Amino acid sequence: MANLKTTFAGIECINPFWLASAPPTNCGEQVMRAFDAGWGGAVWKTIGEPITNVSSRYSSVDWAGQRMMGLNNIELISDRPIEVNLAEIAEVKRRYPKHVVIASLMVESRRDVWHEMVKRAEDAGSDGLELNFGCPHGMSERGMGSAVGQVPEYAQMITEWVKEVARTPVLVKLTPNITDIRLVARAAKQGGADALSAINTINSITGIDLDTFTPRPNVDGKSSHGGYCGPAVKPIALNMVQSVMADPASVLPMSAIGGIGSWRDAAEFLLVGAGTVQVCTAVMHYGYRIVEDMIDGLSQWMDEKGFSSLDDFQGLSLPRVTEWKHLNLNYKIVAQIDESLCIGCDLCHIACWDGAHQCIHTDRVSGPVDGHVEVHRKPMEAVHATMSSIAVTRIPKMDPPAVSQGHYKAPLARIPRVDETECVGCNLCSLVCPVEDCITMKEVPVGLAPETWEERTAKLGIVEQC
Amino acid sequence: MGTAFTPHAGITARFPELKPALTPQAAMVEANRCLNCFDAPCTSACPTHIDVPRFIKKIASGNVAGSARSILEANVLGGSCARVCPVEVLCEGSCVMHHRAEKPIMIGRLQRYAMDNFYGRGLQIPVRQRPELPLRVACVGGGPASLGCAAELRQAGVQVTVFDKRDLAGGLNTYGVAEYKLRVSESLREIEAIQSMGVEILQREIGLEDFATLEREFDAIFLGVGLGEMHRLRIPGGEAGVMDALDLIAGYKTGEVLSVGRTVAVIGCGNTAIDAAVASKRLGADEVHIVYRRGPEEMSAFGFEYEHALQEGVKFLWWRQPIALEAGTLLCAETSINEAGELVVGEMRTQLTAEVVVPAIGQSPLAEWLSSVKGIQFAKGRVVVDRATGATSHAKYFAGGDCVNGGREVVDAVADGKRAARGIAAALGVMEVAHG
Repeated sequence: MANLKTTFAGIECINPFWLASAPPTNCGEQVMRAFDAGWGGAVWKTIGEPITNVSSRYSSVDWAGQRMMGLNNIELISDRPIEVNLAEIAEVKRRYPKHVVIASLMVESRRDVWHEMVKRAEDAGSDGLELNFGCPHGMSERGMGSAVGQVPEYAQMITEWVKEVARTPVLVKLTPNITDIRLVARAAKQGGADALSAINTINSITGIDLDTFTPRPNVDGKSSHGGYCGPAVKPIALNMVQSVMADPASVLPMSAIGGIGSWRDAAEFLLVGAGTVQVCTAVMHYGYRIVEDMIDGLSQWMDEKGFSSLDDFQGLSLPRVTEWKHLNLNYKIVAQIDESLCIGCDLCHIACWDGAHQCIHTDRVSGPVDGHVEVHRKPMEAVHATMSSIAVTRIPKMDPPAVSQGHYKAPLARIPRVDETECVGCNLCSLVCPVEDCITMKEVPVGLAPETWEERTAKLGIVEQC
Repeated sequence: MGTAFTPHAGITARFPELKPALTPQAAMVEANRCLNCFDAPCTSACPTHIDVPRFIKKIASGNVAGSARSILEANVLGGSCARVCPVEVLCEGSCVMHHRAEKPIMIGRLQRYAMDNFYGRGLQIPVRQRPELPLRVACVGGGPASLGCAAELRQAGVQVTVFDKRDLAGGLNTYGVAEYKLRVSESLREIEAIQSMGVEILQREIGLEDFATLEREFDAIFLGVGLGEMHRLRIPGGEAGVMDALDLIAGYKTGEVLSVGRTVAVIGCGNTAIDAAVASKRLGADEVHIVYRRGPEEMSAFGFEYEHALQEGVKFLWWRQPIALEAGTLLCAETSINEAGELVVGEMRTQLTAEVVVPAIGQSPLAEWLSSVKGIQFAKGRVVVDRATGATSHAKYFAGGDCVNGGREVVDAVADGKRAARGIAAALGVMEVAHG
């Protein structure tokens, strides 16, 4: 099996899977159980002056019967005394010397207070420090968390304070609640940070109870904006991590966070340059045990791809993200429907007609279909025909058997066809199709050399306007 | 309506529901599983064209009342159809999930979930706001075809009177459906809802002599009279110990038949035969045989009904024809198919102990009774109609249901009635009723 060991900002890691600073890393007993389950590291629930929490604290967004597509929380940092957290860190490190423990810190924005906190955390034996500049709720009202992370100057200043005394690597955790995440990443780098972690949670109101008119989570009839995480935020996190890693002024070792719940998610973040990944929501949903398949699945995939270490593919996809103007305008793909797989749901047809380019049809015609004037049966005409049709319950003895459909699963009349000359290759049909590999996008040679928008406008002497 | 109905507790206990109601959680899971096909095959397969994905996705969105309303828009007997429809050969049989290595969506049970919720909350069938028109239509027969026709005409503003000859309205929906599928009380609840729309239901038999009066008093007459008496077993041995399947089913449903003896032979192998055989088991019979003069491949019962009978312990005697009944013993002759493809009775005899013999060999047409209504054309005992409008050869008469189709499902009758209502409305010059 592939080797998952890695070195992150100088810290030796048995694998890249860390628990993010959150409820799953609230105390030593939890962290030790997590290590037993296979987690390679844990970022401790943020340590600072103990706070008082409210109840309730979490709310979620369910989607189509699936629980917790997104999770929101209004919980603050650790509510336990600093010395208790530090004593437990020392105990965990004594018992699990090869596992990574990172102390997440958040204190008042004073140089002496930060110095004191850093020293104590390192004395307890933590392998590194994560500066929590990201928390979007509660703490930010007190001038901490994202209140720091949203102002590059503050972030840089505090990073500098920490670096004045820190002996272990310093990670700065970035908030996504900012126009351009790179601005704070650059400030952190400027301030001497050794690594970054991103993203923290996204400001959110998950929903409003339609009976009480109170947003969730409900705290005695009121709510507050919280931090959103879970599968729903992964694409946002992936974009932000990529943009930081592709920015020379920002780039540092990256511990990626945001909707990671499987080895697939982890592989994707590693492909855009992350060195480790941090997980919270998926563990809150299913428990520490999920790391087993994250390790196993990633190793299996690496073996299949011929990667023997994480270095072999870390950042491999970075060059494949580019600005739009560098995309090839002469690349054409069209949708192809495998008629033998089609089940006749016609979701591609209605998606194409209502949401795309009106080029998937259910009126099968023989002979050429293209020309300047094409008359097609519009979607609602099919519905009206159905509604005015006469159907009866087929009784085996009285009625002729249904017409054989040959090798097709669906009646031929329900298998749509793609007008390939009209198809713009947008992918929508293949995205809505509920059957694996039924609609594929096929490249159609256009006989033209690759040309980007930048090249085309340069050739025409057009000055870019927007 | 006529007589108030009190269910017999013993019958209710012995006929627990075959498919119990879905819990809200189960309904939500199932509703979310539906792919929401466009121009869906399930909708197309439904004779009343209930917009299935529409009502299912309303369950998923938490709009259960709206879900029920969208069912009722297409099928006013949506509650009973949810229970009695052979969904395996209708909506669920056409579900695309079959092709996706998944079980079909439980459309029938979701429909029942929505309808139970609707009636359970005491909601009323919405009637489109229309002025009441000075037009009167009589629906003769109180079963699903007439009810479907009456409700649809009511939506168009037409005044409707349903004439039903039995004590309780609803026809076979009330008297003829196995109790473990649809309870009498559930059928009656639906009829009350139709009455609340303003449909008048009179428990009155219409005889031949009454048609002249109907023609005078009503602008159109819908015939939803169903079929006639069940065919009799024409074998020596008389009528002692013989009870036809529909009498048996109606009898136990109304609490008048509480037992059938220890041994029962049901003759015939259609869906009604299965219902009677299973009912006999439930009523305490030890040995119930279905005797059929042909083989299993030729039975008219649905495959899933046959499977159900097997599960209930009903035994099947194929290729046997009753030839005599004597003192609790049914004498059967072996049958076979000859080279010319004809059914022939052989020499071999089988004796079957049967305290009760239940013929379920079909119903006779009402042709004789109805053909005297002047000018209405019949063929093979069925009223001849234009399928799309229910129009008969007599301008004032429309027809639908079993008397037209020879005996099909409840949903087919409702669809016939609905189409006839639109035909009647058009014939009377009423603005076209919106498609539902």
